[in-house]
This record gives sequence, C-alpha cells and structure tokens, in this order.
Amino acid sequence: MTQLAETAFLDSQELVLNMGPQHPSTHGVLRVVLKLDGERILGADCVIGYLHRGIEKIAENRTYIQFVPYADRLDYVAAVGNGLGYCLTVETLCNIEVPPRAQALRVVLTELNRIASHLVWLGTHALDIGAISPVFYTLREREEILNIFEEFCGARLTTHAIRIGGFPYDAYDQMKEDVLGFCGRFVKRIDEYERLLTSNRIWISRLRGVGILKADDCKRYGVTGPMLRAAGVKWDLRKAMPYSGYDQYDFDIPIGTNADTYDRYLVRMQEMRQSVRILRQAITNLPDGPVLAKFPKVLKAPVGEVYVSTEAAKGELGFYLVSDGSTKPYRLRVRPPSFINLGALDRMVRDTLIADVVAVIGTMDIVLGEVDR
Amino acid sequence: MGFLDTFLLKDLITGLLTTFRQQDPKEIVTEQYPTVKPKVSERYRGAPRLNVDPETGESMCIGCNLCALACPEDLIKVGAERNPETKKKEMTSFTYDATRCMFCGLCSEACASGALELSQDFEMAGYTREEAMLDREKLEQGPRPTSYEH
Repeated sequence: MTQLAETAFLDSQELVLNMGPQHPSTHGVLRVVLKLDGERILGADCVIGYLHRGIEKIAENRTYIQFVPYADRLDYVAAVGNGLGYCLTVETLCNIEVPPRAQALRVVLTELNRIASHLVWLGTHALDIGAISPVFYTLREREEILNIFEEFCGARLTTHAIRIGGFPYDAYDQMKEDVLGFCGRFVKRIDEYERLLTSNRIWISRLRGVGILKADDCKRYGVTGPMLRAAGVKWDLRKAMPYSGYDQYDFDIPIGTNADTYDRYLVRMQEMRQSVRILRQAITNLPDGPVLAKFPKVLKAPVGEVYVSTEAAKGELGFYLVSDGSTKPYRLRVRPPSFINLGALDRMVRDTLIADVVAVIGTMDIVLGEVDR
Repeated sequence: MGFLDTFLLKDLITGLLTTFRQQDPKEIVTEQYPTVKPKVSERYRGAPRLNVDPETGESMCIGCNLCALACPEDLIKVGAERNPETKKKEMTSFTYDATRCMFCGLCSEACASGALELSQDFEMAGYTREEAMLDREKLEQGPRPTSYEH
C-alpha cells in the first residue's frame, strides 16, 4: 500500500470569497467579503456604496420642500416612514404645528407601511431559507396596502405622501372601510404565515441559535429596531419619545429572549399584530379638521440645528439638520437604521457556516438604498 | 411526539393544506396585464398633461413659471412672452424632460391655473430618450394609450 503523499491534503487554507453584489440573497447590491475555513466563516467585511446617490449632498441643493420625495428613496420598502422622519425634523426646526387629523393619518400610513415592510422582509427571508410559498402570500397582502397608498396619494412605492405640515389632500372616501377591511383579513393571514413557519422543523433548525447578538453587543454596535428588541431590550421610540401622537394609542412592545434569528422572526410577527392594533385605533378615532398646517410657501428655517429620530420599520431613523436661515438645508445627515445594523454582521456570522450568512443578512432586514444613501 | 411528527410528515401536510386552501378561484389576484389594463386611482400621478380650455381651445397655462421653480429636478422649462395687445403673459414653449421625472407631483400642486396635471396614463415606455422629452404639443395631446395586438 502506497503512502499518501505529504501534501496539504487535510490542511485547511484560508479562502476569500466574494458574496454579492449580484447575489440574490444579499437583498440588493451588498458585497460581503467572506474569509473562509472550509464552510466556517472566519470574518466578513461589507463592501457598500453600489447604490450611493449622494442623497445628503442632494439635500444641500434642494429647498426643504423639494427634498421630501428624495427622503422616500432612502428605504424604499418603507417610504412613508422616511418621509415622516424628514418632515418631523423640518417641522421641529420651523416650529410648525401639525393638525391632529394629519397626525392620526400619518400614524395610519406609517403603520401600514411598517406592515408592508415586514411583509417584504418575511417573504424574502423565508425565500432565502428555502420556504417558497410565503413570499407569494406576503406580496399579495402587501398589494392591498399599496392599493390603499395609491388611492390616498397617487403612488405606490415612493409615495411622497407626507409633506411638511401635514398632507396636501384629505383621506379618500372609502379609506376607513379599506383599512379596517384590511386589518380584519390580515390578522387571519398572519395566523396563516405562522402556521407555515413558526413550528416548521426546517425553519426552526435553520434559524434557532443562528446569528446571536446579545443586548450588550446590540448597544455596543448601536443596533436598533426589532434586532434590539429580540435581544430583550424594551426600546421603541414610539413609546420612549412619542411623536405624531403615538402616546394616544394602546400597544405593546414585543420582545424576545434568545437574541437569535428565530426570536427576531417572532418579534417582527408580533410587531405586525401590534401595528394592526394601532391601525384600528387610529382609523376609527380619526379627528376632524384640516390636514395641512399654515406656513409660508417659501419655507425659510430659522438658524439652528435639530436632530429628530423616529422608529422606522427597521430601527431608529434619525435626521440631523443644520440650517443657516436660507430656504435650503446647510447640511443634512441621515442616521439610517440599516447601515448601522449592518455593522454587526461580522460579529453575527463569525464561526457560523456560509448558509447562515444568508439567514443573518435576511434577518437584519437591510435595504441598500438606505445603507448607501 | 418528535418521531411521530417526522414519520407522519406533519410540516409537509400543514404546508400543503395552506397551499390548497388558496386554490379558490376567488383568491386569484394575478392581473392579466396588458390584456386587461388595471384601473388606477383617481389621484394617480402618471404622465404629465397640459390642459387646454375646452371652450376656447387655448392653453390654460399662463406662463408663470411656478412649476419650473417647484420642480426638484429642474426639468421643466417654460418660455413666456408678454402679448403686446392684451398686455398679458402668454406661454410660448413648454418642455418637460420625463427621463428625469420622479412623479412627485410638486409641479402640478404649484400650478396656479390648473394647467399642468399628472394624468392617469402610466404607459410611458419608449424606444429613445427623445420620445421622453415632452414638448408643448405632446403635453397638450394628453395620454396616448398603447394598444397591443393579442
């Protein structure tokens, strides 16, 4: 019997692998440089910027009112939430009081958009893991939400629904019936998704214990949103620093315990149920009155700076605005939740397997429009 | 329990039951575009249109340039001249570069005379960039619905 040649047959060698930017489960144009030892991951570097449009620079060359449609293009899956964040910032800077009816309508639209965003997350995340049918069902329900948006503001994805000071138009006639009808149907649909996934053995074995990010690490990396709540931290800006009248509504903050991918799935499912609760309260108690505050058409902000953050679907979305007293922002800085959550990727995938990277990127719920800006 | 679940393929059956529950023809949501065109909402922001007064046949645009000032992309160019007889400003040319338009609707909201409107026409595809450069004639003509052979 000949002896095996003394090669590096069983030695492992570090291999560098580029995942993306065209990889379908990186949810856009994210490139992850993986350092591998066989299937095991030694490190992951994110290369971003493929979708960079220089939105912060664009803001310096547009008036406050003109920038609103660009804010929608940060996180295009939850465009209304972005518009709300930006408009709240400008309103805080200029001391514009938004009428109560507009505030309630804003809550309705952002909560609908939060559900739409979570539906896209659920569908694509399940698709990445290998469960194909949920994506068809989630996109069907999302279509109902997009139809409500279309009826309300005339666009479906990048809506430009929220304007500085409120809305340019009131709710359409059938809006209350549409939203309540959607709420009624949607609760049953969530049960359906849960039946497909929550107790499915493949789903559990692919997600449980994968991509753990404990509360301490979350705080260290500045991770917010459902990822932080899945680690057991009860932090939601809608409760902690209420804006747009969120303090009037009765809802809970769902939290997880294990801080893994499966818990993040459970937290987001619960969040959709809570959103339905808020929607029902907001649309039934819609106050009367105007929907647009009175302010000069050529909006000049007073000299100063302001930071306002909101709880977007993906986490804390903040806008930092510096004004020099002209009609255009002197500087606008966006604190996007996706970008900061993505920073924890290396920590989450280290010592796991390649297939888990897909699950972890999916559970982060990143949108590259927001990461690259 | 775990063994029985594996043996009886519990997950597979729950999944398939959910799938079969969706087989009701009433549940079909696929749109048969382009054979059946979807009805878009009243507030839909689609292809721009310059309205013409139906009685006089004259353009409703008064050449005030407000739409061009409101546009974030600066894609509207309005040419206007003062009519020496009536002493009124009249629009002479109007170009709308739809290649750069993001249909935010700020122009039509700024329009003082109700001339510029984003219509419900959503079929704006073309073969060249020049087709998307809309001049006064194209804008006043309004939606040009595409027809498909089928």
